[in-house]
Amino acid sequence: MAEEPVAVVGIGQTKHVAARHDVSIAGLVREAAVRALEDAALTWSDIDAVVIGKAPDFFEGVMMPELYLADALGAVGKPMLRVHTAGSVGGSTALVAANLVAARVHRTVLTLAFEKQSESNAMWGLSLPVPFQQPLLAGAGGFFAPHVRAYMRRTGAPDTVGSLVAYKDRRNALKNPYAHLHDTGITLEKVQASPMLWDPIRYSETCPSSDGACAMVLTDRAGAGRAPYPPAWVHGGAMRSEPTLFAGKDFVSPQAGRDCAADVYRQARITDPRREIDAVEMYVPFSWYEPMWLENLGFAGEGEGWKLTEAGVTELDGDLPVNPSGGVLSTNPIGASGMIRFAEAALQVRGRAGEHQIDGAARAVGHAYGGGAQFFAMWLVGSQPPPG
Amino acid sequence: MRDVAIVAFAQSPHRRRTDELSEVDLLMPVLHEVLGATGLKANEIGFTCSGSADYLAGRAFSFTMALDGVGAHPPISESHVETDGAWALYEAWVKILTGEADTALVYSYGKSSPGEVRDVLTRQLDPYYLAPLWPDSVSLAALQAQALIDAGHTDEAALTAVAARSRTDATANPYAQLTGDVPAGDHLVHPLRTGDCPPIGDGAAAVVLAAGDTARSLCDRPAWIRGIDHRIEAHSLGVRDLTDSPSARLAAQHAGAFERPLDTAELHAPFTSQEVVLRRALGLGDDVRINPSGGALAANPIMAAGLIRLGEAAARIHRGASDRALAHATSGPCLQQNLVAVLEGESAHG
Repeated sequence: MAEEPVAVVGIGQTKHVAARHDVSIAGLVREAAVRALEDAALTWSDIDAVVIGKAPDFFEGVMMPELYLADALGAVGKPMLRVHTAGSVGGSTALVAANLVAARVHRTVLTLAFEKQSESNAMWGLSLPVPFQQPLLAGAGGFFAPHVRAYMRRTGAPDTVGSLVAYKDRRNALKNPYAHLHDTGITLEKVQASPMLWDPIRYSETCPSSDGACAMVLTDRAGAGRAPYPPAWVHGGAMRSEPTLFAGKDFVSPQAGRDCAADVYRQARITDPRREIDAVEMYVPFSWYEPMWLENLGFAGEGEGWKLTEAGVTELDGDLPVNPSGGVLSTNPIGASGMIRFAEAALQVRGRAGEHQIDGAARAVGHAYGGGAQFFAMWLVGSQPPPG
Repeated sequence: MRDVAIVAFAQSPHRRRTDELSEVDLLMPVLHEVLGATGLKANEIGFTCSGSADYLAGRAFSFTMALDGVGAHPPISESHVETDGAWALYEAWVKILTGEADTALVYSYGKSSPGEVRDVLTRQLDPYYLAPLWPDSVSLAALQAQALIDAGHTDEAALTAVAARSRTDATANPYAQLTGDVPAGDHLVHPLRTGDCPPIGDGAAAVVLAAGDTARSLCDRPAWIRGIDHRIEAHSLGVRDLTDSPSARLAAQHAGAFERPLDTAELHAPFTSQEVVLRRALGLGDDVRINPSGGALAANPIMAAGLIRLGEAAARIHRGASDRALAHATSGPCLQQNLVAVLEGESAHG
């Protein structure tokens, strides 16, 4: 089955902040979309379809907001598709858009994900009571903390590893003008002294609540040929899901995440991810998920992920930089967070990541997860077109 | 382009209330039935996609529990649209076209009974200018109906006839919620009477898609998707001609609906007046059998009713009652967003 190769030719983000009181939801998404179009040197009329994603509608209190956003995103008279796969949605949305190009249904697609979390309170938006079901324990932190504890117990990781990740990501964010948190006075001691929220997760090891949007323009080979800047080429993409709760679920390293990564590597012909991949934008909303996902995505053997983090391998100047942008720990408009990972990976291989650019990055991974660590989306992009 | 067909369809009995059933309880029998019809197991399906809306359940991530009901272990390749399942079918169709999957399971469900659906749907509207006024879905549909009457395209008697025809047809549909001799009733919101409006109910639906020879091996007479497209219009009712549906026409054109005659059309028209709009926009004459299932006036489980139109049209092809059918789904106030698919039986055109 011959697929059309898919290229990322335009990327736009908003400056992510705690509250964008100056714009409506429509204004926010349009800002990112216009920047992506400018990057691609295209206009609204060049876009054949719009694929939009965001996390729960309760975060803004608008049911199916794509209906109201059709005008703002130039979608009138065009196909507009809305995706929602919990926290992985930004990644899933990009993959659905990429499939439209790969299947040759459309040639040039605008894809966008957003969250304007200041419109409500995300923690309580995730904590609506449901009779006869396990509550989410006041937001995502309460749900994930026991799984972090299980990881520490299983691997013998020292309890300092989480703070190393947070310290790294917050320093990386200082080099990213779009990142939400810009803590110029950050020190490791400050991270370690921050209050314990959900043991073992400290305040400074958690993601912020952000307002923000991210957009990408995806196109075919001919479209890539007309792009003013180097494109990023999609070499592989996959989604995997498993149930929230079932006997035998491994919350520390869910099989859906392992399968998703394996499928992407198979498509991209990667046999040794640790050596063949130059940068990783990984969905790390709580710092301990960096070592956990290093193992889950095949960058480290079982029980070895924390050793890479501790040895500085994942630092900006390490041999496997993870979250050079500052990651979800520094910027978290939930519905957009996955797409930001995908877009930042693309920026790296386009050589357009600015101060947080990894020199010579030729292959990068964007990764997202959501729900009770049950939805996974991932792509691998390269600076060269896929073979064949 | 690969040939893709709907090879199986199942739906729940649609009912006014299902207090005793969770969404998963509602969905499970439908999933078992549709998979049973093909002999496939959940982990043999290449791609799974669902449609639903959190606002009906009143909580975030409501679809995650439904996924548990699918039996997604070992893990599956899966996605979800926060809209009618017809758009989930579209996403699955695209996935099969890429060659990454040969089969797909598509399902959707909606329980309207826990809330006041007229109020809930106001939350779909522009949150700054329109939603604060709480204009409910029936009032907006009435605005459209009045515009049609003012334009001379219909009258109240013609609308009543649409309702009567739909509910008479629905007597042959064992899943329908509202059937038979339903009185036109009093005006609910002028000019719409209760009989012009859909029942409020809970329900679920599922289809299986398959490509090429796989489809032929799973179904005696697959319903081939010859074209499928969807288009959206501006949100604000003030900038739209409510008597027309340019997005439905455009989608039909891109789906190839106008290339050859159709014998059947399953239209997702929850209000009688919307059938009038769609018939005109799609150029459907009296020779086309409209909504033999009874349509959304007989059963309108929100987020599943559009997928059911695709399923009903396909089922009619499966049993040889149709050779070339149009299936339509809608989303948003006053037919803002529309999807059209053209389905054909194998022998329809050699």
